[in-house]
Amino acid sequence: MSENITINGESPTNPFVGSAPDQLVTPALSADRASSDYANATVMGWRRENGRVGVRNHVVILPLDDLSNAACEAVANTVKGTLALPHAYGRLQFGEDLEIHFRTLIGIGSNPNVAAVIVIGIEDQWTNRVVEGIAKTGKPVVGFGIEGHGDIATIAKASYQAKRFLQWATELQREECPITDLWISTKCGESDTTTGLSSCPTVGNMYDKLIPHGIYGVFGETSEITGAEHLCKERAASPEIADKWYKMWKAYQDDVIEAHKTDDLSDSQPTKGNIVGGLTTIEEKALGNLEKIGHECTYIDALEPAEAPAKGPGLYFMDTSSAAAECVTLMAAAGYVVHTFPTGQGNVIGNPIVPVIKISGNPRTIRTMGEHIDVDVSGVLRRDMTIPQAGDALIDMIVRTANGRLTAAESLGHREFVMTKLYRSA
Amino acid sequence: MSSNQETRGNGDGIPHVLAHSPKDNVAVAVVEGLAANTQAFGVITEDNSTFEVFVKSDIPIGHKVALVDLKTGDTIIKYGQDVGRIVADIAKGEHVHVHNAKTKRW
Repeated sequence: MSENITINGESPTNPFVGSAPDQLVTPALSADRASSDYANATVMGWRRENGRVGVRNHVVILPLDDLSNAACEAVANTVKGTLALPHAYGRLQFGEDLEIHFRTLIGIGSNPNVAAVIVIGIEDQWTNRVVEGIAKTGKPVVGFGIEGHGDIATIAKASYQAKRFLQWATELQREECPITDLWISTKCGESDTTTGLSSCPTVGNMYDKLIPHGIYGVFGETSEITGAEHLCKERAASPEIADKWYKMWKAYQDDVIEAHKTDDLSDSQPTKGNIVGGLTTIEEKALGNLEKIGHECTYIDALEPAEAPAKGPGLYFMDTSSAAAECVTLMAAAGYVVHTFPTGQGNVIGNPIVPVIKISGNPRTIRTMGEHIDVDVSGVLRRDMTIPQAGDALIDMIVRTANGRLTAAESLGHREFVMTKLYRSA
Repeated sequence: MSSNQETRGNGDGIPHVLAHSPKDNVAVAVVEGLAANTQAFGVITEDNSTFEVFVKSDIPIGHKVALVDLKTGDTIIKYGQDVGRIVADIAKGEHVHVHNAKTKRW
């Protein structure tokens, strides 16, 4: 039987030759590929209680704080198919740092890729704040506090509820939804000079095509706009938004960089990997980074970290760290359901609830670590693929991913979930 | 897709190096194994025009080559924009990177 099975035209029983056989097999382009009529393309997603469309169907076991990770992991271990999201923080935070913590947890639970949520915290009151925040979406959510009960009783009660949620969620059916119902985020990582030439403009081309039809987009990475801030400011939809954006960028320069800066930021901007890939300065990196927003669209608001966009469809900026897992987590918390991630040297990041689509144009990275790459745009460097063709290839992969194809990062188990921390706890 | 990276270049129309803008004074090696003493074929992506540069250093893929003689204090232009300053003289065709160029920001 197995000799009759083929994947992308090749038998999986063939011995692997080379380091990345899966990436060297590109399916023949079908006449009905989504990008041939992207404005009218559809995806099979789950329409949630609040009308938003998700492309994954997770039942999340969400810890309020670091102390509750063990109970959450025990529940997920008992009820197979649920997803625990352990993280490092949640105790003695205050002010804006605490607000980002709550916004991120509530946002992750509210994301349409999540069907239902169990929240577990050390005590009831902050646990309930997260439960009440997620409940506004209309999705099933229940919270459990550990104090007064202990881990074992909490795990038992939460496991009964998690099993009910999981069996309910697994009967929910995908339905056909317009591609314009997708919220698509972007952030690049382990960039090199090839990202500015190929994979970042590929994302920009996708945004130029889809944003006029009504998707939500977002870019961030405040520190990595340094050197291109004059160009970024010009891309705001109005002088007011430009001013709001510039204040965010300047605050980062003044409060973080000026307060703590070291020579070359201790080889963190650009990173060691960036430098190996040929990037010399932050200005060079920033200009490549900004290629991700294309040439046509303007951003219609500048969001706080993990803030949900509220001005309707369009492109948004979000004030984020440039560290991949922190940034993607904040964008997932804002409600984005698919992430597009250009990489040059081969950043391997994923996210537990949002599929992260990797795009690379670096032929050495495709050759040596192609198992991490979903869209190969190295043809752009050879001049046998145009940027619009690369944008079409990305749109096709977004549709296939939304329809259920696991990304490279999902297949390889990358579930980086990282809370943003602004300052030391009390 | 050719399996022999070293044979790519002018012969089959695949560039060795790409520049973004006609204003750029550096270009990026986009093939593996670009060796010293190669007459490199280049394309400017903004207008699809072509150029040649005689490469005097081995340039790893993704790294930059100087398109003109650059002096200490000069500005590096890429994407048609200021991307930093030269901190040691660089001859046309030589490798431009952290050993002879630096950010103006930090």
